[in-house]
Amino acid sequence: MNTRTHTPLFHISKRGQLPWYRAWLIRGIALAVALLLCALVTTVFTGVNPLGVFAAIIRGSFGTARKFWVLLQEMSILLCVALAVTPAFMMRFWNVGGEGQILMGGLATAACMIVFGDKVPNGLLILTMVVASIAAGAIWGAIPAVFKAKWNTNETLFTLMMNYVATQLVAYYCNVWDKKGSGIVGIINPNTHSGWMPGWNSPGGQKYLLNIVVVALLTVGVYIYLRYSKHGYELTVVGESERTARYVGIKVERVVIRTMLLSGGLCGLAGLLLVGSTSHTVSTTIAGGRGFTAVMVSWLAKFNPVMMVLTTFLIVFLQRGAGELSSSFAQINDSFSDILTGIILFFIIGSEFFITYKINFRKAEKEA
Amino acid sequence: MEKVAAVKMRDITKSFGSVKANDGVWLDIYKGEILALLGENGSGKTTLMNMLAGIYFPDEGKILVDDREVVIRSPKDAFDLGIGMIHQHFKLVDVLSAAENIILGLEGKLDLKAAKEKIRAICDAYGFEVDPDQKIYDMSVSQKQTVEIVKVLYRGADILILDEPTAVLTPQETDKLFAVLRNMRDDGKAIVIITHKMHEVEELSDRVAVLRHGQFVGDMLTKDTDAQEMTNMMVGHPVVLNIERPEPKDPKPRIRVEGLTVRSVDGILKLDDVSFTANSGEILGVAGISGSGQKELLEAIAGLQPVEKGSISYLEEDGTPEELIGKDPLSIAAMGVSLSFVPEDRLGMGLVGNMDLADNMMLRSFRRRKGFFTDRKSPHDLAERVVSDLEVVTPGIATPVRRLSGGNVQKVLVGREIAAAPTVLLTAYAVRGLDINSSYTIYDLINKQKAAGVAVIYVGEDLDVLLELSDRILVLCGGKVSGIVDGRRTSKREVGLMMTKLGGGRG
Amino acid sequence: MFDLTFFITRAVQQGIPLLYGSTGETLTEKSGNLNLGIPGVMYVGAMSGVIGAFFYEQSAKGALNPVLAVLIPLLSCLFGSLCMGLIYSVLTVSLRANQNVTGLALTTFGVGFGNFFGGALIKLAGSDVPSIALSATSACFKRSLPFASKLGWFGQVFLSYSFLAYAAVIISLLVAYVLKRTRIGLHLRAVGENPATADAAGISVGRYKYWATCIGSMIAGLGGIYYVMDYASGVWSNDGFGDRGWLAIALVIFTIWRPNVGVLASFLFGGLYILHMYIPSGMNLATKELYKMIPYIVTLVVLVVTSMRNKRENLPPQSLGLSYFREER
Repeated sequence: MNTRTHTPLFHISKRGQLPWYRAWLIRGIALAVALLLCALVTTVFTGVNPLGVFAAIIRGSFGTARKFWVLLQEMSILLCVALAVTPAFMMRFWNVGGEGQILMGGLATAACMIVFGDKVPNGLLILTMVVASIAAGAIWGAIPAVFKAKWNTNETLFTLMMNYVATQLVAYYCNVWDKKGSGIVGIINPNTHSGWMPGWNSPGGQKYLLNIVVVALLTVGVYIYLRYSKHGYELTVVGESERTARYVGIKVERVVIRTMLLSGGLCGLAGLLLVGSTSHTVSTTIAGGRGFTAVMVSWLAKFNPVMMVLTTFLIVFLQRGAGELSSSFAQINDSFSDILTGIILFFIIGSEFFITYKINFRKAEKEA
Repeated sequence: MEKVAAVKMRDITKSFGSVKANDGVWLDIYKGEILALLGENGSGKTTLMNMLAGIYFPDEGKILVDDREVVIRSPKDAFDLGIGMIHQHFKLVDVLSAAENIILGLEGKLDLKAAKEKIRAICDAYGFEVDPDQKIYDMSVSQKQTVEIVKVLYRGADILILDEPTAVLTPQETDKLFAVLRNMRDDGKAIVIITHKMHEVEELSDRVAVLRHGQFVGDMLTKDTDAQEMTNMMVGHPVVLNIERPEPKDPKPRIRVEGLTVRSVDGILKLDDVSFTANSGEILGVAGISGSGQKELLEAIAGLQPVEKGSISYLEEDGTPEELIGKDPLSIAAMGVSLSFVPEDRLGMGLVGNMDLADNMMLRSFRRRKGFFTDRKSPHDLAERVVSDLEVVTPGIATPVRRLSGGNVQKVLVGREIAAAPTVLLTAYAVRGLDINSSYTIYDLINKQKAAGVAVIYVGEDLDVLLELSDRILVLCGGKVSGIVDGRRTSKREVGLMMTKLGGGRG
Repeated sequence: MFDLTFFITRAVQQGIPLLYGSTGETLTEKSGNLNLGIPGVMYVGAMSGVIGAFFYEQSAKGALNPVLAVLIPLLSCLFGSLCMGLIYSVLTVSLRANQNVTGLALTTFGVGFGNFFGGALIKLAGSDVPSIALSATSACFKRSLPFASKLGWFGQVFLSYSFLAYAAVIISLLVAYVLKRTRIGLHLRAVGENPATADAAGISVGRYKYWATCIGSMIAGLGGIYYVMDYASGVWSNDGFGDRGWLAIALVIFTIWRPNVGVLASFLFGGLYILHMYIPSGMNLATKELYKMIPYIVTLVVLVVTSMRNKRENLPPQSLGLSYFREER
């Protein structure tokens, strides 16, 4: 019982509202510590000078005009997915099925390009692609929503499983479309460019501008939708309290399904941009984990579409940087960016604690 | 007999954010005595006791058990010191059985058989009925409370704290509980009971301690004081316990309920053939033991509760009836019926805790503007009006509602519901948890609605208030109407009897 | 000809990593922690084992002590996955971070960890194929009962596996027993269902969550090393582990949070996973891809059916995915 005569070393309590600059200071410190740790890890495991590493990372995004435009293009796709999952998250619907929804969008796009390519006018084809991809993603998103609305089926697990169903579906069609038996669909319509979306030339000469412009508009659109529309208000109420929503006459089931149609549809749009505008081919890996990364992007930004531009930049910047690292240093390969991203995410995720809670240490004078 | 202090609390201070829940509280709890801890809601009673039970840790101050200073870091520390608390919200795991819940947290080898025998022995000794193998999710509220009490007895607690234990019990169950508590007191145990009901304080306790705004005001022997004095100490100044009751002006039937029958999702009969009429310009009180179907009744009228059979008609000024059953809140509003509902669960149903005042005002009205976007201006104006008219204490319109105190939350909710200029106003436990001043503000608002010709249905738990406020009182008992009486002519005894006439509620 | 004995053996071997993963995840989820980082944990477990084995093989120069050859990779695997469990616990339990986000970050990190060091070791080994072969270590891991092959189909189906396969079954049954029949299990279930109640009953919620998550991670990590050392015969290739981690999470749902059911269910999943290799020839490649969908579809059906029947015992632990703070109000 002797130990009981001491007050605990510290205890935790919830803070009141923290001024925004202090919250950002905490996040900034976390990021700085994470970067230092990243440098340390890099040096220990690869023997590369950390300053050289940082320089290479920066070069990865800003080294040349082309790299900068690639950065923007990559950002636009990830941001698109993050914007897509955000309405669902605000509704407390954990859509971790972005991956599958992107794949379905991409699959629908490719299907249109293959089936209708060179058979209908290009404008009509592209319109069909847009509609089909958004519809495919929307349906993929709405299936778990229907079950959630009707039987409260756990949506995290449901959407997760849907990813793999979509992956296999894409794998199936890859084999159907591939004549050579390798299961790889090459560039679709390589000669006629039928169904290739108009890649507006960016100042650097790359055809990335379309994606960037589309997603920039989307960012503003989603921001307005969430902040000022009735739909946005309804889904926020549903997320905060389903009972309140019912009490004021919001049809919860309808909002859940509608929001997931939107969420899935925007993921489908990302699939369209990936297939129709960037790569002109489809495979099981086109989503590249963005469905999951977007969850983190959206959450780090506190579901604020404008902040998401920053968090997207952070993630893509690291990925591009690691790509550069692997070409600059023989000891480093592409996967290194995942390690760095992981470390930085751990720190930022952890830092939120210090914004929400306060640690009260034992006061010295109470010892006596 | 010399009284021995089981617990001494000294200079206890505890803050939540910027709110001081307890401020330098001194309290002694004696062995062989039942102490009633009194205070308005938000006066810090539960917080203080939670620090004894190890749920919260005090910011400052010390606690002595048997004259030895102790540190209670966790509920486990509390158990080890013989302190057991029965919380207002039951701390039971739904998917586990009664026996598993009772032995939860104890150490040693898991021997359910031995545990069940000991549970049966305790039940036999005190006359409880508990099936050790029954799952909690299959139990009624009073069964769950019994499990809670057995749990504490199982651990052989010497210091027993009960937070509003009678709120969910029938009078018979309450009597049984009190008998057990007296037995335990005579056994030398220290008992603390947190309650609002003055007659329980007078009936049960040996000593009363009063908290006000987180501070200790004083204590005295129950036999040396009376309800009026205790109330004065709680509030800080003498209050008049009179509620206005103007005569209804030109009452006309507004809501007619006929043969209403409602079953819960699990198939339990909640309302059984309920019929009554609510008039405009009149307050219809609804009395009954908690869980007698009050919630289902209001929710059925508001279009939130599926109905098995029966009819609910809304009568227009000219007497044309409109059926409300089968309609949701949206279609009821679309019919032009202005129906306001102040639900029991304010932050879980009536308001959104994380949204600010203006956004909460919008909950009712956001659809009114045509088009895709919401109107942000008028809710903001309404919020400002409610804040100034009802004297809501808040740092600002942009403050999340959950940061306000209970009384202010309720003012925001009632303010919004009244702002819709209703013709029917449903309120459930409108003053639960409010201090006396806030309560009177609410009574006043309700009376103003009555004067404006609104048909008010007021579900309450405090019979004294129901008798003073209502023009007529509908008494529910186990989902049936046991009678409708005139509020001016009936007595507390009569209503009390009617509440249990049909053999009591459930359990 | 379809060789049933061989098919069952393969299905079991395919199922063992899933069994480890799902047992670990079930234990974790019972404490209320939804660890979506399990795929990453299994990658790290596998890679840590590979690193241990690699350096031991290098230093022993061919003269492997069988005990050490098993012990070193095994311990480094456990250590690696323990670290992952600790990261998750620190973030979600101590720092109350969002579990979904933390889990996904952990998977990103873990898969990156596996592939990065995989790539680094491949370079270090100087091999010309993009994989590392640790056949000597694998041989030690793969030792099975000597008389199994003499017992015909019986020996083949029941006795032909390595010790890690039997360990998986034993661990699963043990976890099931602990959850169902012991006080620790009772407390753990209470923590996952209703942490506030468990706390009020004097159970240290944080400690149980930490232990369950860390032990769960270590169990899951073993699935990674089993895959490399036994199933893949000691060959590590990047991304070779595939989506088995997610399949393990699917298996948790499929077994409605019961590790003992997991034993047979994992073999069933293993069978479904490789079924496409055994469908009659003549079927085209495309259809095989559809067969690979079956485990996920079956899981979805189970998920939906349990939620429709809404039987309390079969639903996910009630506080799954939520962090607990005692002074919440």
